[in-house]
Amino acid sequence: MSNLITKYFPFFTDKEVPHTVSARPDTGLYSAKLGIWLFLASEVMLFGGLFSAYIFLRIGSEPGYWPAGLLNVPVGTMNTAILIVSSITVVMAWAALKMRQLGKYKLYMLVTILCGLIFLTVKLSYEWPAKFNHFGVFIKKEAASKYEDFLGNKHLQEAGQNPRWEISGHLLDAPKGSHYAHQAEHNAEHFGHETGRHDAVTPAEDDYVIQLDAVNANPTDKNNDRPHFWPVPMSTKLAVISAADVESASVFAPRHSTYFATYFLITGLHGLHVLGGILVFLYLWLPFPGGTKLYKTNPEHLANRVEIAGLFWHFVDLVWIFVFPIFYLL
Amino acid sequence: MDLCVPNFLSPLAMSASHSHSPAPQDASHENHGAHDQAAEAAHIAAHLGAYIKVGVGLLVLTGITVGLSYVDFGSRSMNIIVGMIVATIKASMVAAIFMHLKGEKMTIWRFLIMTGIFAMGLFFLTFLAHSDPITGTSYSTH
Repeated sequence: MSNLITKYFPFFTDKEVPHTVSARPDTGLYSAKLGIWLFLASEVMLFGGLFSAYIFLRIGSEPGYWPAGLLNVPVGTMNTAILIVSSITVVMAWAALKMRQLGKYKLYMLVTILCGLIFLTVKLSYEWPAKFNHFGVFIKKEAASKYEDFLGNKHLQEAGQNPRWEISGHLLDAPKGSHYAHQAEHNAEHFGHETGRHDAVTPAEDDYVIQLDAVNANPTDKNNDRPHFWPVPMSTKLAVISAADVESASVFAPRHSTYFATYFLITGLHGLHVLGGILVFLYLWLPFPGGTKLYKTNPEHLANRVEIAGLFWHFVDLVWIFVFPIFYLL
Repeated sequence: MDLCVPNFLSPLAMSASHSHSPAPQDASHENHGAHDQAAEAAHIAAHLGAYIKVGVGLLVLTGITVGLSYVDFGSRSMNIIVGMIVATIKASMVAAIFMHLKGEKMTIWRFLIMTGIFAMGLFFLTFLAHSDPITGTSYSTH
């Protein structure tokens, strides 16, 4: 078993592999450096394809169907800052190894790992679930005038803005037998008391009842024309929408729109990269034969491994630098 | 001499041109002597401040990106262009300084340039959403 590992996965051991430290005469680089850059080149094409698809879908979207201001900007900004800090600490960890300061290396690497974990935790335990708990219906264009009080399209037209076709918020009641009936029941228990909905409205069997987002509660308020930095609290107003007037209804999940489809795909793939980086850092931080144990026999080799893992991490940071503005801000 | 230093990607005036690459200029020599190691360590120690500065610069630019997105530049496309310019500056800083591309070997630059060309081809495909050169169709935008 151990023989097999040494033979096929020499990088998991402390076995000598040529040019882990010294430069290959033909490339002038230690081999892993060349390897990681080839890998990153392929990653550029992977994310490039997805960004290209994003542009294609966004350019092709009908006016009013590419939403803005649906994500939590302060939280996104904080996560961006956390990734940048982790990029600084990983380069400091590498520098510490080059200067043969093992203690500092361990500290900086720990901070890097923690930053990565915070980033993922915020994404998975806060940002994504908040979306899955939010609901929107796109109104059929021919029925839009019925819901003008929630859409405010006359006002938007006068302001030179794109029209609004969606009414969103917390789903409190869904048509009987609908896919979302269960969630509506659950939401009604959690949020229903805020609105006193049973007194306020008496929906028919095939109606959606939505506790409105601020933007649909006051669609003619100029302050709602452009997205806000701080998320605006939800209104307690309710909208009753007949299923016959609805073009599509969905929680804020990939099926909701091309916007959320690309958002979840790209941030999900990015999140997987963050997870992968964390696992590699953990390996290099713990006393594995190829981790900190390697410091005793060949500190330069460990420094190079950290540099390689760091290059990957910086790339992940670099991708986020583009992901953040295109989904959260612009 | 393949220690080419393409500076065009580095927006920061990190004036002293240097190489972070640990590879010695004479690639054929094998043993990292104690002297080499000490010299390299001193070299890196001198650049720790630069890493912090670039990091702080990135944090500041993040704030600027967020701030600018709430400024009305006339149209949404204009805001997108401004946002992408700032993002590109930030990405260049990460690539040039943190990823040591400033002063990296030409071998790596060569295939990164090729990657850039292919990636641009990929982005060019999106323009076919506007017009199809084969059929000569032009799709009007909204």
